[in-house]
Amino acid sequence: MTTTATDRDLGYADLPRLMSLMTGDEKHSNAATSTLDVVWVLYERVLRVDPARPDDPDRDRFLLSKGHGPMAYYATLAARGFFPESWLPGWGSFDSALGHHPDRVLVPGVELSSGSLGHGLPIAVGVALGLRAQGRDAHVYVLVGDAELDEGSNQEAIELAVARGLTNLTLVVVDNASASYRERGHLSRRFCVEGWETTVVDGRDHDRIEQALLTRGAGPSVVIAEVEEKWS
Amino acid sequence: MSDTRVTFARTAVELVESRADTALLYAEISGQYFAEAEHRLPDRIVNVGIREQLLVSAAAGMALAGLRPIAHTFASFLVERAFEQVKLGFNHQDVGGVLVSSGGSYDISAGGRTHQAPGDVALMDTLPDWRIHVPGHADEVADALRQAVAGSGRDYIRVTEAQNSRAHPVRPGAFLPIRHGSRATVVAVGPVLDPVLEATAGLDVSVLYASTVRPFDRAGLRRSLDAPDVVLVEPYLAGTSTRVVSEALTDLPHRVLALGVGRTELRRYGTPSEHQAAHGLDAAGIRRSLEGFLS
Repeated sequence: MTTTATDRDLGYADLPRLMSLMTGDEKHSNAATSTLDVVWVLYERVLRVDPARPDDPDRDRFLLSKGHGPMAYYATLAARGFFPESWLPGWGSFDSALGHHPDRVLVPGVELSSGSLGHGLPIAVGVALGLRAQGRDAHVYVLVGDAELDEGSNQEAIELAVARGLTNLTLVVVDNASASYRERGHLSRRFCVEGWETTVVDGRDHDRIEQALLTRGAGPSVVIAEVEEKWS
Repeated sequence: MSDTRVTFARTAVELVESRADTALLYAEISGQYFAEAEHRLPDRIVNVGIREQLLVSAAAGMALAGLRPIAHTFASFLVERAFEQVKLGFNHQDVGGVLVSSGGSYDISAGGRTHQAPGDVALMDTLPDWRIHVPGHADEVADALRQAVAGSGRDYIRVTEAQNSRAHPVRPGAFLPIRHGSRATVVAVGPVLDPVLEATAGLDVSVLYASTVRPFDRAGLRRSLDAPDVVLVEPYLAGTSTRVVSEALTDLPHRVLALGVGRTELRRYGTPSEHQAAHGLDAAGIRRSLEGFLS
């Protein structure tokens, strides 16, 4: 893989152009744009990651659990220099490393192969436990969609993360109100009841997102990033 | 003779104590063996509660973080309930780990179908690159676990109560020739070796012993064959290894008799040995099937 200086110079304003290079998964375009700002803020301001050292054991981890619509994610990784922009146009094709759900084995910088919902948070709990057991202070961020929380496997992780005091874990819920049986406001009540350090932010406000992502509590933290409703 | 499950638990704790890269996750089951060590090593011996999906996913997460995880619960919950977690957490993420089940096909005979998993090996066999150990003795349990933890791949260890009168060295990929004969080769997997030896007494057949059944020792099977007749005796779903035998002998007209746990739900309680007999896996049952096959 080669990384050019030009790739590293790309910024937030380049994301729409980069995303437009990826066509063929329009049914997931809502899913892609809903995560755009959170993912960008993570990589630009929060994560301690270096594309030149993707295997650094002390790097922060970002696990995109909601693998659907990874265009914003790929665009961000390309903009940050994890792989060249030239990979984007062929995405989803037989010879491309970039699928409609990401594969950590194929894509530099991708920490989790995802797509099937409800796996990322339970795996992230294991990553957080494992980093702590080794005395590493890296932080684990995991992103789910509000509808993904329908999957019961998340509940197992939500409870254990508190029971084990995982202060090195931050869950980001990108809430575009796409769950069939949930109302706005329910999520923050739920996480508060479970004992998570809970912050609700405008999912388009970069400063507020950054501040929330860096908030730590006595246990795990959750940032509920509200964006435009998917079905509105 | 030591208890197989106690041996697993002691060996697992010993490994976590002696190796800083090793962690043990469990889901309440077998907690009686781990509680004391858990107080000393709370970061690397973790009870996740009654949460089997999380058990498997968190073990995979620990592997992603650089640890060698051992995850343990009953086979029905570890492999069957959490199968997608096994597939995606380990294979799709491409990380290693050691899954150790107990209960097997009918250790919990009086507990009924909910606690019986004769299909576990067949399910695991749908995934590539898992070593599948079916130890037939407590010493083989310890040996298999130590080897698995020392490695970096994906290992499934099926710990069940039944055991043979003596242990054999665990050599993944190599079946152990026990006896040579000319009419057929009988492959005895794990704890069915003793009943197989009793059933084959006086018969002109070869007996191979497999305490690790994946990888399957195709070359060893070929070497043992005087006549192209193969009898599989597996303490889980009958026919689980038939496809591997078939692949090993594609160029050779051959016959296969696959003995194991039947597909039909017994709906009986009772003892493990009653279940073993009901599935034709005791010495008398194996003998009957063999005589029919060879006649």
